[in-house]
Amino acid sequence: MFDGRPAVVKDTSMNTQVKIAGVTFKNPVTVASGTFGSGMEYGDFIDLSKLGAVTTKGVAPIPWVGNPTPRVTEVYGGMLNAIGLQNPGIDVFCERDIPFLKGFDTKIIVNVCGRTEDEYVEVVERLADEPVDMLEINVSCPNVKEGAIAFGQNAKALESITSRIKAVAKQPVIMKLSPNVTDITEMARAAESAGADGLSLINTITGMKIDINRRTFALANKTGGLSGPAIRPVAVRMVYQVAQTVKIPIIGMGGITCAEDALEFILAGATMVAVGAMNFVEPDTTLRVISGIEDYMKRTGTEDIGELIGAVR
Amino acid sequence: MKKKVQAKVILQRKISDNIYDLRISTELAREAHAGQFIGVYTNDRSKLLPRPISICEVDGDRLRLVYRVTGSNTGTEVLSQLTPGDSVPIIGILGNGYDVDDLVTNYRHPVLMGGGIGIPPMLQLAKELEERSPYPEPYLNTILGYRNSDLFLAEEFKDLSVVHIATEDGSVETKGNVLDVMDAKIGTGLGECDLILACGPMPMLRAIAKYSREKGIKAYVSLEERMACGVGACLGCVVKTRETDPHSHVNNARICTEGPVFDVDALDI
Repeated sequence: MFDGRPAVVKDTSMNTQVKIAGVTFKNPVTVASGTFGSGMEYGDFIDLSKLGAVTTKGVAPIPWVGNPTPRVTEVYGGMLNAIGLQNPGIDVFCERDIPFLKGFDTKIIVNVCGRTEDEYVEVVERLADEPVDMLEINVSCPNVKEGAIAFGQNAKALESITSRIKAVAKQPVIMKLSPNVTDITEMARAAESAGADGLSLINTITGMKIDINRRTFALANKTGGLSGPAIRPVAVRMVYQVAQTVKIPIIGMGGITCAEDALEFILAGATMVAVGAMNFVEPDTTLRVISGIEDYMKRTGTEDIGELIGAVR
Repeated sequence: MKKKVQAKVILQRKISDNIYDLRISTELAREAHAGQFIGVYTNDRSKLLPRPISICEVDGDRLRLVYRVTGSNTGTEVLSQLTPGDSVPIIGILGNGYDVDDLVTNYRHPVLMGGGIGIPPMLQLAKELEERSPYPEPYLNTILGYRNSDLFLAEEFKDLSVVHIATEDGSVETKGNVLDVMDAKIGTGLGECDLILACGPMPMLRAIAKYSREKGIKAYVSLEERMACGVGACLGCVVKTRETDPHSHVNNARICTEGPVFDVDALDI
């Protein structure tokens, strides 16, 4: 722990690499699915090769049109979104987005969505021979009527879909959990027992905003997912609880704005962290988080980031 | 290339009820064209997301933004408190603007239409069209739609075009909307029209879409929508399109990226 002593600088030997299910990431920082497209739109702002991984926007077997607008609105300390998982479908994703990302020295985590178990399985099978490093299964989007969150709010359904995906997946499988449950550790256990290689949490928290001038909902979908700094304490708590419950690694996210925020997640038990809504605010947040974690390690004489993961119990 | 930078406030004044005129100095101005926009952040982080604001005028390394304060406790209210010397974070230059060279080459009688807070971006467009037009003056007609006799920016259009006014309350010139002016004046005071360029509230743009189809007049419209990222990543600001969009592969185009200016025939509005 940092105790105010002069910094111990051990640049060359300092290790920021982390490993999840046999995949090595150069650093523990990725982006939250849906906040970064497939990275193309942020190429002007950051060098994608500096990221531990790019986690792509949820992709389904066929193109999804998403929800009507307005789809986004700002609230104090964050935002609500109800995009509805608009995506171009897995074929376009494989032809366009994967080759684009292969041009960078970063890992690819593909977020997978579907309306039924079969649809998830279809996408996972389609990705079997693609050069992607990991799958993140979106069973927690609160903004689509079928599928997604239905699997993330029921332990039996989560177990079932996790087993089916694990049976066909060629890459490690991360289940992305919803915070919109009574007990997130129950979901975490269900996913772990069904063979998940890791967990990511949290997805957005369901919220609502009323437009008092138009006397209607601010979002066409009525409800939306709350993200941004406002949800961070909830997310840190859930990461901590889940880390105390399961043995599989965790990708922690929810309102990370800076390295200090990311370190909270890591100390609470996350092996990796993802920057989400803050990409919209400061497009280079990820890079500042990466360098800030390195600075913290130097300052505290931490030689291996592994020393920090779950250090707070 | 898009960037997030600190711009410097040169001047800010209130020019009408809730309408502010903000001049900022930024390196990004050199790349800005008619129809494009920037995202403006609040310095104090009281609001996190950038507010998309259209570019009213470009002058060297300066941008002029004329925007409406949308209510109390809003991001635009925070922006309205900026004073000269303040720095303000912006992201830009965003969106596709008008292809002015194509417009002056292929259309002889353009009519600009601006409604309410859709008026400001038409000023830079009028400037660029007028600068590049090979035709004798008066080349441009502009129809501006206001609620009442508070005609912000109207005088400035008069240096660039023949200006026609519509007011909802009938206090100045034609009572009604911008299309009422078209109906009343086309072929008379307004001459011909082979191109409509418009920005304004969605009902106005829908009416223009219908009008342009009925009359067989080409129309480009500039859209506004709630945005989060402003750079095409979040898919928050989409508009329905008639054909499958080449990026999204569904009938949705991103207003911040494929737009905000669209050929009205491409839209399902």
